Amino acid sequence: MVATFWAFVQKEFFHILRDRRTLFVMLGMPFALVLLFGYAVTTDFKHASVAVYDQSGDMWSQRLIHQMQAGGYFSVVASVSRKEEIDRLFRQGKIKVAVVIPSHFGESLMGCEPVQLQLLSDGSEPNIALTLVSYMNDISTRFVNEALGSSAQWLISLQPRMVYNPALRSVYMFVPGVIAVVLMLISAMLTSLSIAREKERGTLNLLLISPLPPLLIIVGKVLPYVLLSFFNALVIIGMGIEVFGMRMWGSWPFLLLSCLLFILTALSLGVFISTRVRTQQTALFASLLGLMLPTVLLSGYIFPIESMPTPLQVISNVTPAKWFIILLKGIMLKGGGLDALWVPVAVLSGMTVFFILLSWKSFKLHVE
Amino acid sequence: MNHNTATIAVRELTRKFGPFTAVDHISFDVYAGEVFGFLGANGAGKTTAIRILTGLLMPTSGQAQVAGFDVWRQPEQIKRHIGYMSQKFSLYQDLTPLENIRFFGGVYGLSLRTIRQKSEMLMERLGMQAVAHRLVGTLPLGWRQKLAFSLALLHEPRIVFLDEPTSGVDPLTRRTFWEMIRTEAAKGTTIFVTTHYMDEAEYCDRVSIMVRGHIAALDTPQALKVQFGAEHMEAVFLKLTRPSEL
Repeated sequence: MVATFWAFVQKEFFHILRDRRTLFVMLGMPFALVLLFGYAVTTDFKHASVAVYDQSGDMWSQRLIHQMQAGGYFSVVASVSRKEEIDRLFRQGKIKVAVVIPSHFGESLMGCEPVQLQLLSDGSEPNIALTLVSYMNDISTRFVNEALGSSAQWLISLQPRMVYNPALRSVYMFVPGVIAVVLMLISAMLTSLSIAREKERGTLNLLLISPLPPLLIIVGKVLPYVLLSFFNALVIIGMGIEVFGMRMWGSWPFLLLSCLLFILTALSLGVFISTRVRTQQTALFASLLGLMLPTVLLSGYIFPIESMPTPLQVISNVTPAKWFIILLKGIMLKGGGLDALWVPVAVLSGMTVFFILLSWKSFKLHVE
Repeated sequence: MNHNTATIAVRELTRKFGPFTAVDHISFDVYAGEVFGFLGANGAGKTTAIRILTGLLMPTSGQAQVAGFDVWRQPEQIKRHIGYMSQKFSLYQDLTPLENIRFFGGVYGLSLRTIRQKSEMLMERLGMQAVAHRLVGTLPLGWRQKLAFSLALLHEPRIVFLDEPTSGVDPLTRRTFWEMIRTEAAKGTTIFVTTHYMDEAEYCDRVSIMVRGHIAALDTPQALKVQFGAEHMEAVFLKLTRPSEL
């Protein structure tokens, strides 16, 4: 039985190695994505252009403007004296953010009266805007701290609607996201394609007619993909930590088991898709539309879930990648264990069992 | 051919799909070393019958024994003791002949040593040493077909099911292929073959023709031609399957 199984796995590796496209997706994709997100699609900012509308013009407002620029995140490119100018600058794309400092800024602060800073940001690029708002929030808090002591923090409010990336580092967001995308791609899409290919070419019939138990056929088919996916997860995590300074505060065994769990979830989805389709084409479209799009769009990987309309927020709950990203971030950034992260673990396990049962049922139907 | 030992024994075998009866109370025996032609128009129930006999599908009622095993209770045993080949898909195109042998040998539980011996023997017998390391997809159809047939026999089954083994192959290649089949049958292997080519029916020891779930005729090609007053099997087949057109 072991020899049979080994012959099967060996054959599956031959399929993968002989198919250039599969090989490229398997080995090239993780590197390409990590580099792309690490260097190009970063949401970290340096020297974002700012317009300042200083209605107060006193010493304290000058100090705030100075401090804004000191960190290197913002560069004041224009000082305006009318609100309309801000609109113009935004339209021309000359600024990303505008800060409006109310009149009597210093007086109010000294008198311990609450002050509201108005922060206008370009909502057409929501991620950038959010990041900048959070930078600004940081700066203004620090400013009040230094000026009046920490007890007076509440004096300046920025009303940041949400804090998307509190650590101000996009690597924390993209490493879990890339892992989710790559694992989904390899585990779910390539598995569904590979089973659909055997269906399309009719070789699946040959396997079914052989004495191989159906379970062994499935396990034999997915095992190479489990190994390769796991290898890829390690590569991405390694690159995230070594090259991009991703933090890893949690337990390694828990992290690796979580990756394995998500691989199983993705595989069960891939097997499920392949039991429902007849050709590679449909398998490809089903996994692109049904798996890749939600993974990229709804998992919170690129677009923050909190800023989605409510219906999409609800739908995002059935996206396995969302739970996996929560899990990964919880482990890597917060050092969380099973006690803190049992919800995503339970959801992913539940999904896996659900899809395995579902595909087992349709696989049996197919055999009948 | 030994008429005393039936390697396939079918009695009143029936399979229904909902209200539709695909196989309707068919009975026949196939003997050891016999080349048994299993003919019928598309949709006559051939495929369903083969799926039952190869352990892929349960019958609705009736009995069938294949290689001494019961289709109801021992489908797994049946799978182990039969060989199967179909022209459309019997080899992995992106594997070499040797890798295909290795895979199917492994699937049927042969030891690595046996597989290695058989590989050498097969490559030599088929004259394929030169292409042993080329991908099967690049080989001519005739070679692929011979290789597929040899693979179906790799674990030395007592019965081989050949499901349209020659479709799309030129007449000359078909003839040499049938020589291979006859040689194998002479060794005592039972050959259960379906085909669309009526000239091939002439190579069979006995032929059954299925029409709408029933076995409409079963005898030697010679006897069938006499019975239906026809010169070729083609005419016999047409008289049975499309009586209104004649």
